Amino acid sequence: MSGLTLDLLLLQIVTGVALGSVFVLLAIGLSLIFGMLTIVNFAHGAFYMVGAYMGVFLYGLTKNFWLCLVLVPLGVGSIGLVVERFLIRPLYGRNIDDPLLLTFGLGYVFIESIRILFGLNGIPFSTPAGLRGAVDIGIGHFPLYRLFLIGATGVLVLGLWLFIEKTKFGLIIRAGARDPEILKVLGIDVSKIWLLVFGIGTGIAGLSGILAAPLQAVTPEMGIPVLAEAFVVTVVGGMGSLIGAVTAGLMVGIVVAMTSLFMPEMAKVSIFLLMALVLLVRPQGLFGRAGLMG
Amino acid sequence: MTATASASLIAFGKRHRAALAIAVLLIFPWLMPYEALAVNILVLGLYAVGFNLLFGYTGLLSFGHAAFLGSGAYGCGIALVHFGVPWFGAILIGVLVSVFFAAIMGFLAIRTRGIYFAMVTLALSQCVYYLFYQAVSLTGGENGLRGINLSEIGILGFSVNFLNPTTKYYVILAFVAFALWLFSRLLASPFGAVLEAIRENESRARACGYDVARVKFIAFVISGAFCGLAGALKALHLSIVPIETLHYLTSGQVVMMALLGGMNTFFGPFVGAAAFLLLEDVLTTMTSHWQLVLGAVFVIFVLFFPKGIWGSVLAWVVRK
Repeated sequence: MSGLTLDLLLLQIVTGVALGSVFVLLAIGLSLIFGMLTIVNFAHGAFYMVGAYMGVFLYGLTKNFWLCLVLVPLGVGSIGLVVERFLIRPLYGRNIDDPLLLTFGLGYVFIESIRILFGLNGIPFSTPAGLRGAVDIGIGHFPLYRLFLIGATGVLVLGLWLFIEKTKFGLIIRAGARDPEILKVLGIDVSKIWLLVFGIGTGIAGLSGILAAPLQAVTPEMGIPVLAEAFVVTVVGGMGSLIGAVTAGLMVGIVVAMTSLFMPEMAKVSIFLLMALVLLVRPQGLFGRAGLMG
Repeated sequence: MTATASASLIAFGKRHRAALAIAVLLIFPWLMPYEALAVNILVLGLYAVGFNLLFGYTGLLSFGHAAFLGSGAYGCGIALVHFGVPWFGAILIGVLVSVFFAAIMGFLAIRTRGIYFAMVTLALSQCVYYLFYQAVSLTGGENGLRGINLSEIGILGFSVNFLNPTTKYYVILAFVAFALWLFSRLLASPFGAVLEAIRENESRARACGYDVARVKFIAFVISGAFCGLAGALKALHLSIVPIETLHYLTSGQVVMMALLGGMNTFFGPFVGAAAFLLLEDVLTTMTSHWQLVLGAVFVIFVLFFPKGIWGSVLAWVVRK
């Protein structure tokens, strides 16, 4: 390939990391919910889409992107709280597939509600002022917004890690993921923890929606391909693992960026080949524990 | 009705389930508002029955069965349009193509267990979607495969007008009836018993000496073949294969049908397909946002009627 330099290659890797950041955020939300509640949230893509639309709406209202970054996760997380409390909680103790089926149906409701509220067509979401343009990062010019995306993801992952590893509440979450029965015996209301974790997980999905909005058109169906990609990341990284979600998310992002450079026609398919490879070699995922899926 | 009478009624129904289903389907076009809807229910009913071999009988929830409906439809359509294969051969090719994809997806998906299975099948079917989407010269890409013009078909030396909706219904019914009979035999066989054993208790089935992974794989491929046949028939019925046939929502559609109808029953998926398509038919005349109602109805069924329509009816008959 002519014109291929080391700088171009490195630049493409950074592009992949930026792309992977969105995957990381999505997979963390999915993994967190699964790790605690053993629920695969099939409405995760829909929560992501709702986050993007809420971002469009609130940005139009407030004209302040930073405020939106705070309000959107709170708003989407609140929807998550309601969903857990009134729809998912009655299903605990029933067939393991039931919450999955319910959230799948919920995805339809979300998509159609957004179509009613905002119309069938996509809405462009322009990059917020102050994050436009490109900066020189030594190997070439790189869009500032994507750089911001990488930084924001890093901060969020670090914060979440500190929250789970270093706080008392995080200790309860970790204990609950291991053995909810013992936690109940110790006098902790597990259902409240589950409620909150579902809220946090969906809140992160909403945040990834608004963060990804300037990179693509905001449409009611934007969550559907994203759901499949988030699943690929979770399967590659291993369900319920934070470090797995981060590693696999970045890996998938870089694979997509690299195949778009060398074999554009393979870009869409490449991540599924990666997943197939991982399934052949290590079915529980790179950082997953064997036998976790019972 | 006394308890023994209803019990013997159920036993009778179970023994002759394929024959009863076919008997209902024979008079079905006269019960429906129009024939095209009857053909749709027939084809998607078969799709749901094939799917339910995994979901209802083996306990594996696949979210990727659009890959088999779609590859069956495309296989049949491409054989007809690009290679001029006779219609009967094209149906066979459609089934073989879906068996090919089911073998690959099954091989990968059965390596995972539990909740992973739904995620992996969803992701792999998305991959199949992109493959067909990008092979524009064969599949027509975004526009779908067009030009399946089947006006007259030869059956045993007779020429039959395939454009007549009633004739079309009965030609397609012949295939569906054969598939249902085969399906019923399969469930009644020792293999069918092993499937249910795996659903009830996988560890115990393994302890009994069954090669659980192999049985799951075979069930996956057979399920794919049934769905592929449904896809091939769908292609003949619609004369076009839209790319949406392979879409995630088509995978979800069959999950909805099986659950709405009743996943642990033989007739359930067919009842579910009929309920789904009738609901769609009625609601789309009233609102363009019918999927909101659909999603809500589905959520209500998961919460309050996990046995589905037919399963609840059966439970009610048994209780009486």
